[in-house]
Amino acid sequence: MASDTAMPAGAPLEDELEVPERRQSPLRMTVVRLFRHQLFLSGLVLFGLIAVVGVLAPLLTDINPNKLGMRTRFQAPDAAFLFGTDNFGRSLWSRTVWGAQLSMMIGLSVVLLNAVFGTLIGALAGYFPRLDNVLMRVNDALMAFPAILLAIAITAVLGPSIVNAILALAIVYIPRTARIVRASVIVLREMEYVQAAIAAGAGHWRILRRHILPNAMAPLIVQLSFLFAYAVLSEATLSFLGLGAVPPTPTWGNIMAEGRQYMVEAPWIITIPGIALMITVMGLNLLGDGLRDVLDPRLRIQQ
Amino acid sequence: MAGIALRRLLGALPVLLIVSLITFALLRLIPGDPSSVIGGPSATADQLAQIRRNLGLDEPLPMQLVHWYAGLLQGNLGRSLLMGQGVVEVTFERLPVTLGLSLYALVITLVAGLASGIVAALRQNTWVDQLAMMVAMLGISVPNFFLGLLGIIFFAVKLGWLPTGGYVPFSQDPWEWFRTTTMPAVSLAMLQMGLLARITRSTMLEVLRQDYIRTARAKGLPGRQVVVKHALANALIPITTVIGIIVSLLISGSVVTETLFSIPGMGQLLTQAVLNRDYPMVQGGLLLTTVFLVLVNIMVDICYAFLDPRVRYDGK
Repeated sequence: MASDTAMPAGAPLEDELEVPERRQSPLRMTVVRLFRHQLFLSGLVLFGLIAVVGVLAPLLTDINPNKLGMRTRFQAPDAAFLFGTDNFGRSLWSRTVWGAQLSMMIGLSVVLLNAVFGTLIGALAGYFPRLDNVLMRVNDALMAFPAILLAIAITAVLGPSIVNAILALAIVYIPRTARIVRASVIVLREMEYVQAAIAAGAGHWRILRRHILPNAMAPLIVQLSFLFAYAVLSEATLSFLGLGAVPPTPTWGNIMAEGRQYMVEAPWIITIPGIALMITVMGLNLLGDGLRDVLDPRLRIQQ
Repeated sequence: MAGIALRRLLGALPVLLIVSLITFALLRLIPGDPSSVIGGPSATADQLAQIRRNLGLDEPLPMQLVHWYAGLLQGNLGRSLLMGQGVVEVTFERLPVTLGLSLYALVITLVAGLASGIVAALRQNTWVDQLAMMVAMLGISVPNFFLGLLGIIFFAVKLGWLPTGGYVPFSQDPWEWFRTTTMPAVSLAMLQMGLLARITRSTMLEVLRQDYIRTARAKGLPGRQVVVKHALANALIPITTVIGIIVSLLISGSVVTETLFSIPGMGQLLTQAVLNRDYPMVQGGLLLTTVFLVLVNIMVDICYAFLDPRVRYDGK
C-alpha cells in the first residue's frame, strides 16, 4: 500500500481541466439511453406521479388530514370527497396525499442514510483488507436476521415513531448496501489505473474518492432505487402492524390498518392507499430495472 | 460431504456469536431505564426493582453477558413476561405453525416461480414472456398484506369459499388446514414467486446462450431434452443459492400475514410481544428465528456443493 502522502499542490487544477471534456458525453449518452428505455420511462412516470403528489401535498388539498367529521363518516368516493371518507369522517384524499409525502420522506431518508453509511462501510471494508474481516462479520450477522423481524425488534426498543422507523430500516438495509459497494471496491482496487495512482503516491482518501467510488456508483444507484421501494413497503408494513408512525399520522400503512375493520362495508379505505403503495413500489422497481439495464453493462446481458 | 457440513458450521460460528451479541444488546439499548418502559408509568419503585431483578438488569454488564451465554448454552432464554412460560417453550409451540405456512408458500413459490421463469425464457420476447414478467412485477410490487386484504374481501366475504382467518392444525384436520392456510400462503408467496421467476428467467437465458446448448442442438437432440437435461440442470444450480434468501423473506413476510389472518405462529407471537413490550420474548424469538435461518443457509450451501462439484474442489 502506498504511504499517505499529501496531495500535490497542482493536482486539483489539473483534474478540473480534464473533467469537462471527458465526462459530459458518457453522462449524456446514459441519459439518452435511459429515456429510450421503456421500463425506465414507465417507472419514472409511476414514481414521478406519487413524488409530485407528495411534494405538492399542501397545494392539492386544504383539508386537514386529521380533521374529524362525524356527519361525513364512511362516504363512498364522490364529487364532495374524491376518495371518500373513513370511519372518523376524515377525507381520504387528504390523508392519501399527505401519506404520499410521508412515504417519500421516509423512503428518501432511508436511501440517503444508506448512500452515506453503506458507501462508507463498503468502501472501508473493500479498500482496507484489515478492516474487511471485522466489518463484514458484523455485516453478515445483521443480514442473517430476517429484515422485517429485525426492524420490528429495533422499533420495539426505540418506540414507535416515524424517525425510529427510518432508523430501524436504515440499520436493516445498510449492511446490504455496504456489501454491494464493497464488492465493486474490491474489484476496482486491483485495477491497473488504481495501482498506478497508488504508485504515483496518491493518498488513500484521494484514490477512494477520485478513482474508486465514482466507478462504483452504478451498482449503488441501482441498489438505492430498489431500496427506496423496500423502504416504502417495509414502513407501510410496520405502520400496518401498529409499529410505525403513531396514529392518527396519515401513513398509508396506518390508513389501511384503521380501515381493515371496515374493509367489507367501506373497501375504499384500504384499497386507495393500497393502490398508491403499489404504484410507488412498482414505479421504483421498474426504475431500478431500467437503471440496471442501462448503468450496469455486466448485468445488461442477462436481462 | 461431512467435511463441508462441518466447515460451514464452523464458518457460521462468528456470525452466530455476533447475532447473539446484537440480540443481547437490544434490551440494553432501550433509551432510559428498561424496567420503567416495561413496568409503565404507574409502576412503583419496588415493582421496578422486581422487573430489573427478573431480567437480570441489576447486575453489572459483564455478569449479564456471562448469564446470557450460560443461558444460551443451556437452551434457556428467559421467560415471556406476557405468558409466564419459557421463551424457548413458547417458540417451539408456535414455530411449527409458521414452518407449515412457510413450507406451503415455498412450494407455491418454487412451482409457480420456476415454471413461469422457464417458460418466459423459452418464449423470450413473446406475449407469454411479457405476461409472465408482468405477473412477476406485480408480485414484487403488491404488498402481501394488501393482497391478503383483497383476498379476504373476494374469496372469504364475497364468494365465501375460504374462511377469513383462523387456523386449524394439520394434525387435527388436514382439509381444514388447507382451507385456512391457502389464502395466507398464496399472498405470502407472491413476492418470492416474482423474484424467483425473474431470476430463473435471466439465469435460463444466460445458460441457453452457452456453447454446449448450441452443440446439443446441433447434434440433433430433441428440444425438450436440451431444455431439461442441459439447460435446466445447469440453471438450477445458481438458483439454489437464492433459496436461503427466499426462506428469509418468507419468515419476514409471515409476520404480517399471520397477524392479518390470525394464525398463531411465530410472526403473530413476535408482533404481540413487541406491542406488549415483552422484551425477553422479542429477544428470544428473534434469536431463535435467526439461528434457524442460518442453519437453513448452511443446508442450502451443502446442497449447492452437492449439486455443483466445482464448489467442492474449490474448498470454498
